[in-house]
Amino acid sequence: MDLKLSSVSHYYGDTQVLRDITLDIPSGQIVCIVGPSGCGKSTLLRMLGGLERPSEGRVLQMGDAPEGCLNPLTYIFQDFALLPWRTVRGNVALVLEDHGLGKAQREAIIADVLARTKLTDFADALPKQLSGGMKQRVAIARALAVNPAVMLMDEPLSALDSQTRELLMDDLVALWTRQPFTAVYVTHNLAEAVRLGHKIVVLSRRPGELREVVELDMPLAERRHGDPVLEAQQQHLWGLMRDEAAAADAELIDG
Amino acid sequence: MAEMTDANAREVTFRGGGFQPGTRRGVGLAVFVVLILLAEWGTRSGFISALTLPRPSDVLLTFQELYQSGMLFKHLGPSLTRLAVGALIGASLGIGIGVLIGLFSLARAGLVPLVAAIFPIPKIALLPLFVIWFGIDEASKYALIAFGTFTPTVVATYAAVDNVDRVLIRMGQSFGLGWWSIVSKIVVPGAMPGILSGLRISLTIAIILLVAAEMLGAEYGIGAYILQAGSLYDLERLFAGVVILSLLGVAVSSVVAFVERRVLNWRV
Repeated sequence: MDLKLSSVSHYYGDTQVLRDITLDIPSGQIVCIVGPSGCGKSTLLRMLGGLERPSEGRVLQMGDAPEGCLNPLTYIFQDFALLPWRTVRGNVALVLEDHGLGKAQREAIIADVLARTKLTDFADALPKQLSGGMKQRVAIARALAVNPAVMLMDEPLSALDSQTRELLMDDLVALWTRQPFTAVYVTHNLAEAVRLGHKIVVLSRRPGELREVVELDMPLAERRHGDPVLEAQQQHLWGLMRDEAAAADAELIDG
Repeated sequence: MAEMTDANAREVTFRGGGFQPGTRRGVGLAVFVVLILLAEWGTRSGFISALTLPRPSDVLLTFQELYQSGMLFKHLGPSLTRLAVGALIGASLGIGIGVLIGLFSLARAGLVPLVAAIFPIPKIALLPLFVIWFGIDEASKYALIAFGTFTPTVVATYAAVDNVDRVLIRMGQSFGLGWWSIVSKIVVPGAMPGILSGLRISLTIAIILLVAAEMLGAEYGIGAYILQAGSLYDLERLFAGVVILSLLGVAVSSVVAFVERRVLNWRV
């Protein structure tokens, strides 16, 4: 199942946040969206998952979701969005409860995703007992549980410290290598973008327009922290973003 | 810069700490004990005249008599029933309508002014009205207590619903949860801390209204007992009644605290 944005523009009141964005999200690939703050990248992600309507243009789903897919468009949020009153298992169970699955089937899915995210030993812990990285792994497990066609990730690693971020990036790469998934990954961190993106979309500052689409052919599993090719790509991306970021930074909010 | 020697070294002044009330077991009890001992000493030494304050030991004796004669439960039984039924009706209606106000713009627009209008009415002033509506029996007392519990519960509940993290609700929607699932699994548990602290206040108000209702027309009940004692200027019995009310208040507050510990163990 592919996703397609077709000349999407968006306004908040009189302020235009997105201008004429056309973009393909092919299945089996991770598309990273980078851009300076306030360029509308999170808005774009909310539109892709149907949490917001574009003012102009259309968001299209090409083809049907694959068999066994409980929630085709599934988010991973920056601040985890775990229910603090439910255990790890309970948080994963939450998203399975409305789908008419049998108890045994639910248990099997939960056991599988917890094992894939290395959380089996923490199934009965409450979110308050977990570190930030663990919380995000629970959120990833929850997303995997509904077997999504596209994962929509809104700065999933931004609330974490840099060591945890590296570890979780490795986890994401391992998950993708085992079973390639489609993802749209919004970030302001260029290192994450070159590590995880098959396609990196650079947006300009507000109103967000497509500046450039960079394709990276190197397989995810071969990408390493500090790889010269990736470094060069990151420099190139930073060159594109630098002036935009500076200008965006100098703007008054709602100015 | 000059070389620093130990001579001109000094501790950095500590200025953190505080603002972190912890638990101190037994202090609350000690305050009670000290006050009661003071009263006992004052009444025995004549420092406090018997007309000003009854002797605590006499109150205890009266209480014992009350217990032994079986009248304690004859008064306590109806009171507790009235409190339980009235508060249950009021709190459940309050939570239900509070959630509706928290979720629906129309309910909010229509009901918030109404709640604001009935909140400041001293509910006891409406007892005659309730007697006409529901009769002189138990129903009017239930109604009075329910009405008094209802308004603070509504206000606490809709404020609590407003405070539920919207990110969690968006999360529920993004996973395709149904409306009812979102309300019952995300909104209501998320509002629970606010609802419970609201209940503390509304249940205390329920006790006040219970006594008021019983003073205005009841054969048995703690309110009736206090009223009888008061009209005879029987201060020992009056205070025995008051002690029962205080204990009732402490009991209600402990029950809420117990529920909070059980239900809100997820809080950081």
